[in-house]
Amino acid sequence: MAVLKMTAAEVARKVIENNELFILDVRNKDAYEDWKIEGHSFDYLNIPYFDLLDGVDEILPKIPTHKDVLVVCAKEGSSLMVAEMLSEAGRDVFFLEGGMKSWSMYLEPIKIGDLTGGGELYQFVRLGKGCLSYMVISEGEAAIIDAVRFTDVFINFANQKNVAIKHVFDTHLHADHISGGRLIAEATGATYYLPPKDAEEVVFNYTPLEDGLTVKIGASQIEVGALYSPGHTIGSTSFIVDSQYLLTGDILFIDSIGRPDLAGLAEDWVSDLRDTLYRRYRDLAEDLIVLPAHFMILEELNDDGTVAKRLGDLLVENHGLNIESEEAFRHTVTDNLPPQPNAYELIRQVNMGKITPDNDEQTEMEIGPNRCAVR
Amino acid sequence: MKVDQVLDAKGLACPMPIVRTKKAMDTLQVGQILEVQATDKGSLADLTAWAAAAGHNLLEHKHEADLFTFYIKKLEK
Repeated sequence: MAVLKMTAAEVARKVIENNELFILDVRNKDAYEDWKIEGHSFDYLNIPYFDLLDGVDEILPKIPTHKDVLVVCAKEGSSLMVAEMLSEAGRDVFFLEGGMKSWSMYLEPIKIGDLTGGGELYQFVRLGKGCLSYMVISEGEAAIIDAVRFTDVFINFANQKNVAIKHVFDTHLHADHISGGRLIAEATGATYYLPPKDAEEVVFNYTPLEDGLTVKIGASQIEVGALYSPGHTIGSTSFIVDSQYLLTGDILFIDSIGRPDLAGLAEDWVSDLRDTLYRRYRDLAEDLIVLPAHFMILEELNDDGTVAKRLGDLLVENHGLNIESEEAFRHTVTDNLPPQPNAYELIRQVNMGKITPDNDEQTEMEIGPNRCAVR
Repeated sequence: MKVDQVLDAKGLACPMPIVRTKKAMDTLQVGQILEVQATDKGSLADLTAWAAAAGHNLLEHKHEADLFTFYIKKLEK
């Protein structure tokens, strides 16, 4: 029977469209338990490839015949080997092209909505890692917020849309993934902005992202305005786009809030986080649509694959916005934090320009979930 | 340590280091030791887990620059 290839893009469509898929993950148990492909309607079996070297007969009864079967490993090689063994045993199976490595890298651009005067706002969903990046487009110009390191995706998308990238922002110095912001700006001549309080150690030139800064995209003047909103980091800054959208970075997510410890200063920043979530955001219009820089669980995705929700709804529904006592809030965001993201200290150094790892090393650093939130 | 056989798996990508290691182990006598040289970064976690599952004794492993070296003793199954 046939061995077929499935791309990360095809898997992403299955996640978003809620299709069924049976995943045979042949990585070792630790890697699987740490991080896997999440789907609402996916079923899983984890058997390391090295337990299947003598044959796949023992697992055949566990592999369904009535739905697509996808064999997954870290890079591809082992999944192809196991897929071929299953094929020889008479099964039609897929293997994941490029393995978890390509899953971690894949970005799905999804339109969030229209802006005043024919502009558009796109969210780039990195399903494998839970990172969300944004592009604001208006009248031949574009701004990018929180770009991940796959700079080609953004530059090619801007080319397709026939827009020039003028402004590139990072809401904060990221610790879970490597930013593509600086390189996109270098490649396109755009201005690269970072919050100065997060950028004290960076070794490149940047434009300070100060509270109240506004830039206009295109002639019809869609406004992207900066709102200082510390807490995840001391420099964390949100954006209000076209008076409709609130880009919260890693401060507020759909079903969780930012953690204050990834730069090592949880105790110091708790009150900043509290102030941002319980005062600064509450002063904003409740009809703003919140667009975070991450999602942690699939339940945070809307039916169309976007991650977006009205601020007024989050003020009611998000547990992290409804902790009355400051003391309880402090406990929530400093005690029992989830494990820190893989290589987060190294990733911060890359984002400061202090080290320049090659592509494989960058991939290795970004393995695993983002873990930027507390619930 | 007396090594009975050396397997050069340098430059091979997953799953080949383990496939070759298994084949080499099948040719050894109980009590003999195989040295495996590999450069695949995944080989550390995978060889460790495989040796445990297959009932072999991973005596020692070294990691210098890009090279991983493993010493595996064949045990009676």
